[in-house]
Amino acid sequence: MTVDSTAARQPRRGGTSSSGTKAAGGATKRAARAKKPRSSSSEPPLVQLLTPEGERVQHPDYDVDLTPEELRGLYRDMVMTRRFDGEATALQRQGELGLWASLLGQEAAQIGSGRALRDDDYVFPTYREHGVAWCRGVDPTNLLGMFRGVNNGGWDPNSNNFHLYTIVLGSQTLHATGYAMGVTRDGADSAVLAYFGDGASSQGDVNESFVFSAVYNAPVVFFCQNNQWAISEPTEKQTRVPLYQRAQGFGFPGVRVDGNDVLACLAVTRWALERARRGEGPTLIEAFTYRMAAHTTSDDPTRYRHDEERAAWEAKDPILRLRRHLEAQGHADASWFEELEVESEALGKHVREVVRAMPVPEHMAMFDNVYADGHALVDEERAQFAAYQASFANGEAE
Amino acid sequence: MAVQKLPLAKALNESLRKALENDPKVVVMGLDVGKLGGVFRITDGLQKDFGEHRVVDTPLAESGIVGTAIGLALRGYRPVVEIQFDGFVFPAYDQIVTQLAKMRARSLGTVKVPVVIRIPYGGGIGAVEHHSESPEALFAHVAGLKVVTPATPSDGYWMLQQAIQSDDPVIFFEPKRRYWDKGEVDTEAIPGELHKARVAREGTDLTLLAYGPMVKTCLEAAAAAAEEGKSVEVVDLRSISPIDFDTIQASVEKTRRLVVVHEAPVFFGSGAEIAARITERCFYHLEAPVLRVGGYHAPYPPARLEEEYLPGLDRVLDSVDRALAY
Repeated sequence: MTVDSTAARQPRRGGTSSSGTKAAGGATKRAARAKKPRSSSSEPPLVQLLTPEGERVQHPDYDVDLTPEELRGLYRDMVMTRRFDGEATALQRQGELGLWASLLGQEAAQIGSGRALRDDDYVFPTYREHGVAWCRGVDPTNLLGMFRGVNNGGWDPNSNNFHLYTIVLGSQTLHATGYAMGVTRDGADSAVLAYFGDGASSQGDVNESFVFSAVYNAPVVFFCQNNQWAISEPTEKQTRVPLYQRAQGFGFPGVRVDGNDVLACLAVTRWALERARRGEGPTLIEAFTYRMAAHTTSDDPTRYRHDEERAAWEAKDPILRLRRHLEAQGHADASWFEELEVESEALGKHVREVVRAMPVPEHMAMFDNVYADGHALVDEERAQFAAYQASFANGEAE
Repeated sequence: MAVQKLPLAKALNESLRKALENDPKVVVMGLDVGKLGGVFRITDGLQKDFGEHRVVDTPLAESGIVGTAIGLALRGYRPVVEIQFDGFVFPAYDQIVTQLAKMRARSLGTVKVPVVIRIPYGGGIGAVEHHSESPEALFAHVAGLKVVTPATPSDGYWMLQQAIQSDDPVIFFEPKRRYWDKGEVDTEAIPGELHKARVAREGTDLTLLAYGPMVKTCLEAAAAAAEEGKSVEVVDLRSISPIDFDTIQASVEKTRRLVVVHEAPVFFGSGAEIAARITERCFYHLEAPVLRVGGYHAPYPPARLEEEYLPGLDRVLDSVDRALAY
């Protein structure tokens, strides 16, 4: 196995770093204390191809060459995903969803990595990969069933090679690894992309998936969206070393990429997926990004972080920077952006209508699909419940 | 020859061999299952004959073993996982309960995860801590799992293949203290249903209900009781989820008394579930309350105390006497 040591390549990357965790001045004592560990000058470099100002920069190891149409496509993906996410957040506020996990700020990480995939690749998401689902062609409204409370997943993972959302942190990285082991057994050359967050990096399962994937040289790419916060706990509460550096200890390369740079995320994920296809084993990608919204709609980030931090990251907004680039290059004019706005509004309207029309499942559905081959107790309780339900209907009829 | 006299361990080995031969999607995986043949030698010789690709030695990480088995199952394989000892399954408990059990329902039936998890369980072999537990109730409580346990070599041979053929996840508990007990295995027989209980001995005065390692103990108790003129029926449950309550009910309606025997702690154990349901089903037939014999609400004790902790012949017979005295 070629261990493409990131440590060996680091010096060449020095010039493209953009650590950017330094908050604007005037932070309160509380904010200063919270930020202190992350504002060190030794912040590791990250792969960047597009600056926050929308300027295209080069990287010695990773690159993409995209047509204007492809660039517009990435922009459209991010805008549509943000619109969908915003609509879902609004629907939660209106009581239409029980909960929502927003991806606001993580569009580039998800669209960049998601657009690196081939149709025959397989994705194992957490519960926040709405942008990746978009790239896989999953109907966005399918993602809302579990948040509305009408199912616990509710789609066929094999129809888009996009596994169900997994809420227990890190579990899916092992499923991805096992699936990738199966890909190798089948003699196929597809790859598997597993998502998790900085908080999940502390979980045993994630570390076990690193062990298994390395030992079996499984064609899996681990894509960690380090959005800086595991609910209220900052990354320093998860790790003493930058997350991407952990890969080296498991025997495969780790790369930190600017998670707000869709081009860099695309380039690095493509590279890692190709490595996997060539039989060179796993890669860990740490997309250094920021969760601009709350962890979920039940969370209150004002209790643990300050507006200054968010403001600093807003300046690195993934959508804004690609827009700047498109405009500067003359790849899209005002009317194109307006049309996209109309299209995204239509998506919002569609989502709203579909969610509100989502039927509560038939009561008997809770007994469905528990077992493939049936189970006597489930059959018995189903019959009891049916009789109980029927007793009400009879009462009304009489 | 179709009928052979085999110890349970060898019957399980033959069963795995048959499953590997019959279905190329079957993959045996676990710690030490390869060259060593497993710590109890249940996988002895399988890697030699089927290769490292089919009989896979894994890293030492139970959650990783089960989690990757789930991924393999999603890719169309039928992994048969070995957990070395009962007390070592808990690092994998999260994967089993939150993922394996629920994935089918979560996908509205569009995916299946036919994973079998083999767990040598129970005491009586003088082992150290974490090597003698009976956690079956913890798994039976979880919807989406099936839980079975053979008591005889014949059942070991057939039930394991049936578990592997099932499209549902099956927790397959192997009574480790019975691994070396021999019995007849007819490899050309038509096996019974995986989840059907078996009347192991006919009787008219009382039913002893047991599974796994306690079936033999209860048969011995029934033989001893017969010498005192008591006719005890022994029912081997075989499947803990689902439970074949019809067979138990038929036996209790005949004998009117039920004693449930298992090694696991009595408190919140499978005996409690059986007692409650049989009381409901057979209230007017019962001449005595359903009694339970099992382990105590204490951590599994050091080996020198396990004979006191585990239900033995005397404790089973005491409960038989108690039930008959009502």
